[in-house]
Amino acid sequence: MPNTRLVARLDVKGQNLIKGVHLEGLRVIGDPNIYARRYYDMGIDEILYMDIVASLYGRNNLTDVVKRTARNVFIPITVGGGIRSIDDARDILRAGADKVAINTAATKRPELISELARRFGKQCVVLSIEAKRLRSGTGWEVYTDNGREQTGLDVLEWVQRGVDLGAGEVLVTSVDQEGTRLGFEIELLREITKLVDVPVVASGGMGTLDHAAAVLTECRVSAVAMADILHYDRTTVSEVREHVRAAGIDVRIP
Amino acid sequence: MTSNVTVADYGVGNMFSICGALEYLGASVEMTDSPDRIASAERLLLPGVGAFADAMDDICNRNLVEPIQSFVSTGRPLLGICLGAQLLLSESEEFGSHPGLGLIPGRVLPVPNVALDGRPQRIPHVGWSDVRFRHPSPLLDGATDGTAFYFVHSFHAVPSDDRCCLAVCDYGGHEVTAIVSSDNVFGCQFHPEKSGPKGLDILRNYLIL
Repeated sequence: MPNTRLVARLDVKGQNLIKGVHLEGLRVIGDPNIYARRYYDMGIDEILYMDIVASLYGRNNLTDVVKRTARNVFIPITVGGGIRSIDDARDILRAGADKVAINTAATKRPELISELARRFGKQCVVLSIEAKRLRSGTGWEVYTDNGREQTGLDVLEWVQRGVDLGAGEVLVTSVDQEGTRLGFEIELLREITKLVDVPVVASGGMGTLDHAAAVLTECRVSAVAMADILHYDRTTVSEVREHVRAAGIDVRIP
Repeated sequence: MTSNVTVADYGVGNMFSICGALEYLGASVEMTDSPDRIASAERLLLPGVGAFADAMDDICNRNLVEPIQSFVSTGRPLLGICLGAQLLLSESEEFGSHPGLGLIPGRVLPVPNVALDGRPQRIPHVGWSDVRFRHPSPLLDGATDGTAFYFVHSFHAVPSDDRCCLAVCDYGGHEVTAIVSSDNVFGCQFHPEKSGPKGLDILRNYLIL
């Protein structure tokens, strides 16, 4: 099996790297290109860019950011936010991205997943899911627009449908855990990895090195996404790598 | 000294990343589908994504088979990447049997979709896999055995002569070809332009071949 991936997640608003709590309460951190290059130099395996206001404006504004990043960052780049059509995806891929992540547009028109998979290959299509635990405590609901909009969709049913339609990877962001530094939503991630065979990326909640080791040893996720733990220099990529390696996880030695 | 790389542009589409990586390494890059420019290139790079038969059709329709073969006969270095590496072989079994460029004897076969232990495994093979070197090569100068490179593929090249298989990775207990080579012809199944600094080292070696 390929190595488990360590992914740097960069949420972008306009041209700025930002960070929120529960995907809200945004703070500006800096120039996303500088951070992407820094993580590349540290040995990160993949860059994940999310245009977090794209759905609001109906378009992805990351083409220029991706172009600049692809000039000096030579690892896979995934881009999400506001991708609604084949043309949108093509623009982003031409700018140097390797995969597109879709969320809002897929919930509104699920066939988009199949169309993208047919045109660019399944491996290019990442189903991005914002999951929020139901008030009853059992089950999770799909949200969009950074945890603002409810869809009424059950997360597990939606994951299965998305993969059946051709998604080659699933990015799961827990709205409850995101920005809390309290750890990943392990229960949900375990259910999803049991359900589908495609790679699952865990996102939201990493506050300590143990959180990464826990999610990787307790469920079969293929990658962990890290955001503010890197942005605020609370750890380095090599510290994460050494820590999860010590827990028995195969990761790339850059 | 600047290395000049001619990238065969036979309608592949996205070559932003590979051209960007070569330019980042100081090379001067020209993309062309001109048979003359390709035949007279200093270094030739053959990219590729998609299906084998479609790519060969595109190459044939642009009358590029002979120019590529005549380029290779001069001893100058050719590097194929991903599907571009598979095109170097004699034939492919992707959706029927299709002839390739025939620069390396052998066939292109599917990556096994069942692991050695009998469990089904994901196709395409996507991700960072550790690569083991089997034969020394100037393309691997300074590289460390076991380094991970980034793969995205469903088929791989299987040369008839095992010495043409320079490097492999493991996928579900099966050996999957990572690098093929015969004299001045090289093919990387993985994406050196997406494999971090170690991937760039491979491209840098190609630029001084």
